Amino acid sequence: MAVLLIVEHNNKELKAFTLNAATAASQIDGEVHALVIGNNCTDAAKAASELPVVKKVIQVEAAHYENFIAENFAPVILKLAENYSHIVCSANTFGKNLMPRIAAKLDTSQISDIIKVVSKDTFIRPIYAGNAFATVKSNDAKKCVTIRPTSFDPCDNSGGSAPIENADAGDEFTTTKFIKREEIKSDRPELGTARIVVSGGRGMQNGDNFKLITAVADKLNAAIGASRAAVDAGYISNDHQVGQTGKVVVPDLYIAVGISGAIQHLAGMKESKVIVAINKDGEAPIFSVADYGLEADLFEALPQFLEELNKLNTIQK
Amino acid sequence: MKILVAVKRVIDYNVQIRVKEDGSGIVTENVKMSTNPPDDNAIEEAVKIKEAGKATEVIAITVGEEKSQETVRKALAVGADRGIHVKADGIIEPLAVSKILQKIVEKEKPDLVFMGKQAIDDDCNQTGQMLSALLDWPQATFASKIDVKDGKLEVTREIDEGLETIEVNTPAIVTCDLRLNEPRYASLPNIMKAKKKPIEQINASDLGVDISSKIQQIKVEEPPKRQAGIKVSSVAELVQKLKNEAKVI
Ligand SMILES: Cc1cc2nc3c(=O)[nH]c(=O)nc-3n(C[C@H](O)[C@H](O)[C@H](O)COP(=O)(O)OP(=O)(O)OC[C@H]3O[C@@H](n4cnc5c(N)ncnc54)[C@H](O)[C@@H]3O)c2cc1C
Repeated sequence: MAVLLIVEHNNKELKAFTLNAATAASQIDGEVHALVIGNNCTDAAKAASELPVVKKVIQVEAAHYENFIAENFAPVILKLAENYSHIVCSANTFGKNLMPRIAAKLDTSQISDIIKVVSKDTFIRPIYAGNAFATVKSNDAKKCVTIRPTSFDPCDNSGGSAPIENADAGDEFTTTKFIKREEIKSDRPELGTARIVVSGGRGMQNGDNFKLITAVADKLNAAIGASRAAVDAGYISNDHQVGQTGKVVVPDLYIAVGISGAIQHLAGMKESKVIVAINKDGEAPIFSVADYGLEADLFEALPQFLEELNKLNTIQK
Repeated sequence: MKILVAVKRVIDYNVQIRVKEDGSGIVTENVKMSTNPPDDNAIEEAVKIKEAGKATEVIAITVGEEKSQETVRKALAVGADRGIHVKADGIIEPLAVSKILQKIVEKEKPDLVFMGKQAIDDDCNQTGQMLSALLDWPQATFASKIDVKDGKLEVTREIDEGLETIEVNTPAIVTCDLRLNEPRYASLPNIMKAKKKPIEQINASDLGVDISSKIQQIKVEEPPKRQAGIKVSSVAELVQKLKNEAKVI
C-alpha cells in the first residue's frame, strides 16, 4: 500500500520541510501520494505535483482549511487513511500538532520524530533530548510517522508531473477558532534550513546586544538562533529557540555565543557539521561539542569577528 | 469549572542519562526522578486559574508505577485539591495513556484537561492531542498564554513561525509550554498539608482499555560521539580556520 504524505504549505508554496518529509516517505515506499489540504491551494497542489517522488496529489479545498487547524484537517485524512499503509509528515509544530490526532483515531501508536527509516515498520528516533537513539518497530497495521526534517535531505522540487485529484472536504470543527498568527517575517534564511546559524544565549545580557549577533549573521548570510534562556528573558522571540523544546538545526556552521551548552540546547544543534563556541568560561559544556572553541568575552570577540570577516575577499553564500 | 491535570514522573532534567550496556533501555536505578518540567507549568496554570476564582477544583492525575504517586503528591503540595493514580507498570505508550485519561475524563467530567506539551524522556509530544481526538474536543497545544473567558479559552500557541492565537470552547485540552508561567515551589506547611489530601488509586487493568505496547523497542544505543575539537587563541585564528580548514565561510 502507498504512503500518504501530508503536505505543509501556505496555500501558494510548499513549506521547505515538506521536501524532507517527501524524501523520508519515499524511503518507506515508492508510491507516495501527497495530500494538500487548504483554501485556494491550487498553486501548492501544483508545486507538490512537481516533486518527482510524488506519484499522485490529492487536493482538498474549503474555506475552513485556511488556517491549518488540526481539528479540521484530521477528518479529511482519516477518510483517506484506509488506502494507505503509512501516514507521514514533518515533526515540526505543524506535524506535532496534527499527527497524534490522526493516530489516536486509527488506534495507532505514533512514531514521532524519526531520524532514519530502517524498513517499512522499523525506525530510529532520538529519545532523552537526543542522548539515546531508540530503534523501534511498529506492530500497528497502519503507521503514523513524523520525521525529523533535518535528518533527511530535501527531495528535488521540479521535474515531476503527478496527476492532481480532488477529494471532498470534511465538516468544519466549530469549537476551535483561529484568531491570529504573528509571524516574524525577515529576509534572512530560515533557521531550520540555513547553511549558517549564529545563536546567542543568556551571555548576551539583553535584547539590544543581539545586534552584535545580527551584524555577524548579516555578513555570513546566516539565520539567528537563541537558547531558551535568551528567549525566556525576552531578548528575542520564541521562533528563534534551538533545542529539545525548540527547533532542531543542522547547519554547516553553528556559532554559539554566550551559551553554556545545556543538554537541552545541545539536543537542537549538536549534529551541525562545524560548531564554534564563544564563551568566557573555559569549562562551559558547549566546548565539549565545539570543533573550534574561543574562550573570550563575547563583547570583544563579536566586533573583532566582524572585523576579520570584513577583511576576507570572499565569503561563501 | 473543574480542571484535570496530567503529570508524568521522568528522569530529572539535570541528570545525564546512561544507556544500558545490553541496549535494552536507559539506566533508571538510583537515578533522580522528578515531575516532567512542562507538567509543572500545567499544574501551576490550573492552580492560578483556581486562585483567580475561575475554577473550583484542580485534580492531578498520573499513570505509572507505584512511585509515580510522588508526582501527584507534589502537585497536591502546590495547590491541586486531590489526586488520582492509575497504576500501570512498564512502558505505557502515549496512546495507552490517552485511553486511560479518556476513561477518567468520562468519570470526572472536567471542563479542561492540562498537561505538558511533551515528556522529556520519550520526547513523543502526543498524549494531549491523542486525548482530544478520542474525546473530540478542541486542542490548544504548545500554550504560552491562556486567558479564561466565559466558557472559552483564548490560547497563544508557540509555533515554528512565531505565535498563533486560537479560541477554544470548553471542554478542551491544553498542552503547556515552559514559558506559560513560573511554577512555584511547595512550602513546607503545604507539603505537610498535601499528605492529608486524598489520592485515589485505580488499576489500569480495571478501566477496560487495551494498554498493551504496540511499539517494540528493539534497541537503545548511544548516539555517535563528536570528535573533540580544539581551542583557538584569537578571533583571527578562528576566522582563518573556518575559511581554510573547515571551509565553511
Ligand atoms: C524541559 C526543559 C527543556 C528545555 N529546552 C531547551 C531548549 O529547547 N533550548 C535551550 O536552549 N534550552 C532549553 N532548556 C534550558 C536549558 O536547560 C538551559 O537552561 C539553557 O539552555 C541555558 O541557556 P544559556 O546557555 O543561554 O544560559 P546559561 O546556562 O546561563 O549560560 C550563559 C553562558 O554565557 C556565558 N557568558 C556570559 N557572559 C559572557 C560574556 N560576556 N562573554 C562570553 N560568554 C559569556 C557564560 O559563561 C555561560 O556559559 C530546557 C530546560 C528544560 C528543563
